[in-house]
Amino acid sequence: MTTRVGVVTFPGSLDDRDAQRAVKLAGAEPVALWHGDKDLRQVDAVILPGGFSYGDYLRAGAIARFSPVMETIIEQARSGLPVLGICNGFQVLCESHLLPGALTRNDHLHFVCRDQRLRVENAATAWTSAYAAGQEITIPLKNGEGGYVADARTLDELEAEGRVVFRYLEVNPNGSRRDIAGVTNAAGNVVGLMPHPEHAVEELTGPSTDGLGFFTSVLKKLVS
Amino acid sequence: MARVVVDVMLKPEILDPQGQAVQRALPRLGFEGVTDVRQGKRFELEVAGPVDESVLARVREMAETFLANTVIEDFHVHVEEEAIR
Repeated sequence: MTTRVGVVTFPGSLDDRDAQRAVKLAGAEPVALWHGDKDLRQVDAVILPGGFSYGDYLRAGAIARFSPVMETIIEQARSGLPVLGICNGFQVLCESHLLPGALTRNDHLHFVCRDQRLRVENAATAWTSAYAAGQEITIPLKNGEGGYVADARTLDELEAEGRVVFRYLEVNPNGSRRDIAGVTNAAGNVVGLMPHPEHAVEELTGPSTDGLGFFTSVLKKLVS
Repeated sequence: MARVVVDVMLKPEILDPQGQAVQRALPRLGFEGVTDVRQGKRFELEVAGPVDESVLARVREMAETFLANTVIEDFHVHVEEEAIR
């Protein structure tokens, strides 16, 4: 049986098609999920893609977090469903309290779009097992509200528990505390990051194919 | 009809780059002496019926779960005197 990976489309999602394509290139079956439908269509994992769900009204991710599909995702993520939030998806996961902290306006106030070097700090999550801890990858980053913030106690806890999954290298593009680009929950099934692995899966369109490992990681986990 | 206002502000320890940009622009426009600016949000809720403690409790719940992200923001709820229409 093929592994089914759901990709949610919210009103204002932009990268849902790219995420579906990345899932397909990794060898799994992409399944389109709709924000207004609680049914997850028996998928084995879920991706919340980048974009501007609900126009970023109120706060980025704040309205998407209360959509019908998120009710089911929040419930199932708590019992182990692998969930990856990319960019706006990361914001939705923080708003859902599936991940700690919040994303705020870039400290320099500009929208940033660049190929970003990252270090994979934790290669034991559902979405990073294809990498080696300490491995450096380059994938695109594009956001206006990507500054990761949390109180010092939470940051210390994340560091102590190895839950900082990615860190920015060379430049901190948005003022994120402690150069944090992505984090995971305690169980390692929920991962969120600001950069976009789904845009780095083919030589033709990406700066590298370094992003493909996210999708092969979850596939490997689900098959084993 | 009564109006309940919810003010939402970034917590003091959270950097507010928008407020800083406003603050830096002020001297250029000839407004001197402002040492800090913090930018927030104001929600005006028109509530049917009288505003009693239970209504305010619901509004605080609304602010806590939705209007504010309490990881980075504080909120303040108050009732506004009946607007003159």
